[in-house]
Amino acid sequence: MSILIQKDTRIIVQGMSGRIGQFHAEDMIKNGTNVVGGVTPGRGGETVLGRPIFNTVAEAVEAVGAQASLVFVPPPGAADAIMEAAEAGLEFAVCVTDGIPSQDMMKVKRFLRRFPAARKMRFIGPNCAGVISPGKGFMGIMPPAIYLPGRVGIVGRSGTLGYEAASQMKALGIGVSTSVGIGGDPINGSSFRDILELFENDPETDAVMMIGEIGGPQEAEAAAYARDHMTKPVVAYIAGLSAPKGRKMGHAGAIISAFGESAQEKVEILSAAGITVAPTPSAMGETIAKVLGVRQAA
Amino acid sequence: MDIHEHQAKDVLKKIGMPVPRGGIAFAPEQAMHEARKLGFPVVVKAQVHAGGRGAAGGVKLCKTEAEVSAFALSLLGRNLVTKQTDANGKPVHRLLIEEATDIAQEIYLGLVLDRKSERIMIVASREGGMEIEELAEDQPDALVRMVIDPAMGLLPFQSRELAFKLGFTGKQVGQFATVLRACYRAFRDLDATMVEINPLVVTGTGDLIALDAKMSFDTNALFRRPEVAALRDPGQEDPREDAAAEHGLNYVGLDGDIGCIINGAGLAMATMDMITLSGGQPANFLDIGGGASPERVVAAFRTVLSDPNVSVVLVNIFAGINRCDWVASGVVQAYQELNLSLPVVVRLAGTNVEEGRRIIDESGLPLISAETLAEAAATAVKVRPAMAA
Repeated sequence: MSILIQKDTRIIVQGMSGRIGQFHAEDMIKNGTNVVGGVTPGRGGETVLGRPIFNTVAEAVEAVGAQASLVFVPPPGAADAIMEAAEAGLEFAVCVTDGIPSQDMMKVKRFLRRFPAARKMRFIGPNCAGVISPGKGFMGIMPPAIYLPGRVGIVGRSGTLGYEAASQMKALGIGVSTSVGIGGDPINGSSFRDILELFENDPETDAVMMIGEIGGPQEAEAAAYARDHMTKPVVAYIAGLSAPKGRKMGHAGAIISAFGESAQEKVEILSAAGITVAPTPSAMGETIAKVLGVRQAA
Repeated sequence: MDIHEHQAKDVLKKIGMPVPRGGIAFAPEQAMHEARKLGFPVVVKAQVHAGGRGAAGGVKLCKTEAEVSAFALSLLGRNLVTKQTDANGKPVHRLLIEEATDIAQEIYLGLVLDRKSERIMIVASREGGMEIEELAEDQPDALVRMVIDPAMGLLPFQSRELAFKLGFTGKQVGQFATVLRACYRAFRDLDATMVEINPLVVTGTGDLIALDAKMSFDTNALFRRPEVAALRDPGQEDPREDAAAEHGLNYVGLDGDIGCIINGAGLAMATMDMITLSGGQPANFLDIGGGASPERVVAAFRTVLSDPNVSVVLVNIFAGINRCDWVASGVVQAYQELNLSLPVVVRLAGTNVEEGRRIIDESGLPLISAETLAEAAATAVKVRPAMAA
């Protein structure tokens, strides 16, 4: 199974005519992702990478049965593109764009609440690396070669730190079912808790590596969920041990502004909920190996 | 992005917020002139992007022109160190001269972007004048919270409900609605991330007035808020951070001696953690971003080395949309162009890693290659020159 992306998921790229959209769409296609078209308003009827371009998401749904979208639209129009995808009836969207105003994301979250659960689009991002199910496909900007197909789910805010975790795991012969980047913004589409729930219900995932960071309440919320509802083991790492209070560490959301938002406090909350916390960022792979009972490769 | 108190008051006053009469001064003569216009006594307030000014000696009630002049002279051109600044403080280049206010009661009123509800949240308390963090710790029950639905906006009954909870009566209920509406409109229409009136004062005549005002803005929204961008005061910011931003680098200066050049905010934080856990101290946070050219890597070296405390540089790149060969060329170029003699540890992984490592190894320069994050951090801690005693 894996979560979110399957081999046959019909994927479109919003902003595929742009330089960045085209570059990554090409990489996705090369790696076997089922990209069926693109959307660029005003460029309908054109062809990019051998795929049809549509003016609207609704047209892409109608013509090629689009189910999921990767949004590569610049910040001023990104929130609008996400809402268009939701309205058109897509099941799932990922937005990679960094720099979307917080109030635009507030609006997106409010907009998504209009839909009944059965018709509500699942949204991942923004400001994230995307989603990959190794061997099946990916929607995002990650280097697919660093992931070994396997049975551990990864969910994290940071793209590159997620790569670090996947490569440490690969070095130990541990593979990934799906890796999900939920992004570094203060308001995001799916939380750690949302993704933990998907992994808990996925028969092809045995354990989860969760990579959090300073700022915000989502790690604590995930800890409570794991404690009360999960049967699968969760290993966590929280970045930002040496980050000073009140300073933004790159990600718009990586800032300690309230109680419980420092790395130390989050580690305590996670540990208290029974989650194994990797002692250092270099020990993410070996900690998951220990939890899985896998003998480390020599 | 933060703005000054006087700017926040100007913004809020235009949409109905009652604020004390006042004027801005950049020199003692100007301060005296503003004070004369207002009539004595006046309050002179240092304008810096930090709280805790009162306790740090940045605010004074002055009864004569001589007092205003002496106080202005003692502040202007100096740095004010408050408990919210670092040890260097923030430079005082302007003063707000205000009429003195007769204070009967102080209220706390703040609007923030609440990450839990993902909406604008109003936080208020009858115990004003204190910092909100202290209030939340000392008297959590004294805080009143309310979340606003972005589709509906602030509704009149919500303002009334809050007004009554704060103990307002009579004309104050309507005045509070005006105050709250101004805060909410400023927050929503200008893409703020924080609006704080602390204290909101009840005067001797029972009227409400904003004695202090603080606003922060969403930098991601500045592209559509030129009027907000114009309020920026670069003098209050770290010049290294500004210079870095011009090259597409995200830099935050810290106290240690191990300079860091990394791609991605999460990996940058994790690398800093690994340095700390290995017994060292990071000198900075630096994210070179995606698709970094050799030139951007050189700019990153310049930025990191502008901090005189740096004694070793650690480059840690896990390339996805970056290319290890470009980064490696940048490292070699920086080493030669900047005539470096301090140790540089380079860890490369991901896209084009073999090519990148080859460039480092064949450069003939004393660059130290590391395979893993742990090895890179431990090496950087080990090879740094002994700290001067």
